[in-house]
Amino acid sequence: MTVDFSTLLAIVAMAVATVLTRLSGLLLARHVSLEGSRRNAIESIPPAVLMAVVAPTAFATGIAETIACAVTAVAALRLSMLVSVVLGVFCVALLRAVGI
Amino acid sequence: MRAISPLIAAVIPIGVVFGAVAATKGLSPVETALMSALVFAGGSQFVAMDIWMHPASWTSAGFAALLVNIRHVLMSASLGTKMQAFGGRKRYFACLFLADEIWAMAEFRAGLARLTPAWFAGLAAPFYLAWVLSSLAGATLGAFLGDPAALGLDFAFPAVFIVLVMGFWKGPETGAVLLASGAAAVATQHFVPGVWYIAAGAVAGLLAAVASGSRRVEVTQ
Repeated sequence: MTVDFSTLLAIVAMAVATVLTRLSGLLLARHVSLEGSRRNAIESIPPAVLMAVVAPTAFATGIAETIACAVTAVAALRLSMLVSVVLGVFCVALLRAVGI
Repeated sequence: MRAISPLIAAVIPIGVVFGAVAATKGLSPVETALMSALVFAGGSQFVAMDIWMHPASWTSAGFAALLVNIRHVLMSASLGTKMQAFGGRKRYFACLFLADEIWAMAEFRAGLARLTPAWFAGLAAPFYLAWVLSSLAGATLGAFLGDPAALGLDFAFPAVFIVLVMGFWKGPETGAVLLASGAAAVATQHFVPGVWYIAAGAVAGLLAAVASGSRRVEVTQ
C-alpha cells in the first residue's frame, strides 16, 4: 500500500491534462456553431482519428499485421464485431507463429 | 451490454499488460490502479511508462498525457453535438470517460439511434471497471505473465478500430478522409518521434473532408 509522492503528483498531472482535453471539446462546441460544412467536417473526425491511430499498425509494423488488418476489414463487411476481431487476432497470432 | 462485451474482452488483456509493465517500472499495484482510475486513457498511460523515471517527473508525464490525448478535444467536440439527450452536467460527466473505445462506440451508436445517458453509462461503467481491475491484476501478477504478443492479444484493439472505421464508411468522401489520415499518420510516425502521428492524421483527415466538402458546394452552384 505504498504511494510515492512524486508518483502521485505525476499521476495527478496526467489526469488533469486528460480531463482538460476531454472537456475543452465540449466548451468549444458550445461557442462555435456547428452547421453546414462545419458539421460535415465534424462528422469526418471519427474515421480520421481512428484511422490515424491504426495506420502505423496496419502499414508500418510488419507483413503479419498488414495481412491481419486486411482480413479484419474484409470480415467487418459481413460479420459481427466480435467475430471480426477474433478472426484478426487469430490471424496475427498464426502468421507470427509461422514466422511471417 | 452486447455492444460492450467485445470491448471488455479486448481491454482486459491490455490492462493486464499495462499493469505488468508498470510493475517493471517500479510502480506499486496501488499506484498502478490509481493511474488507471484517474487518467483512464490507455495510450497515454503506456507512453508515460515509456518515459517513466525515478523520482517521477510530473511535468514530463503531464505533458506527454496532454500530447497523446489532444485528440480528445476533437472527440468531445464531435460527440458533444450528439448528446441532446444529456443535461448540461451529465454531458461533462460523461465526457470524463471518453476513452477511444467508449467514444468510438458512442459515435457509432449515435449514427443508429438516439444516444441516451443510460446507454452511455451501460457502456462506460463496465469498461472503466474492467480497465482499473485488469491493470491492478497485471500489477500484482505481472511476473507470471507470458508474452501477450505470441497470442496476438496486442492486436485486439487495432482490430476493434478497423471494424469501427469500416462502420463509418459513407462513400468516396470517407475514402478521401481515410487516405489522407492514414498517409499522414504513417509519414509522421516515420519521421517524427513520439505520438504526433495521431494529431497529424486527424488533422489531415479533417482537411480532406473540408476540401471535398467545398468542392461539392462548387459543383452544386
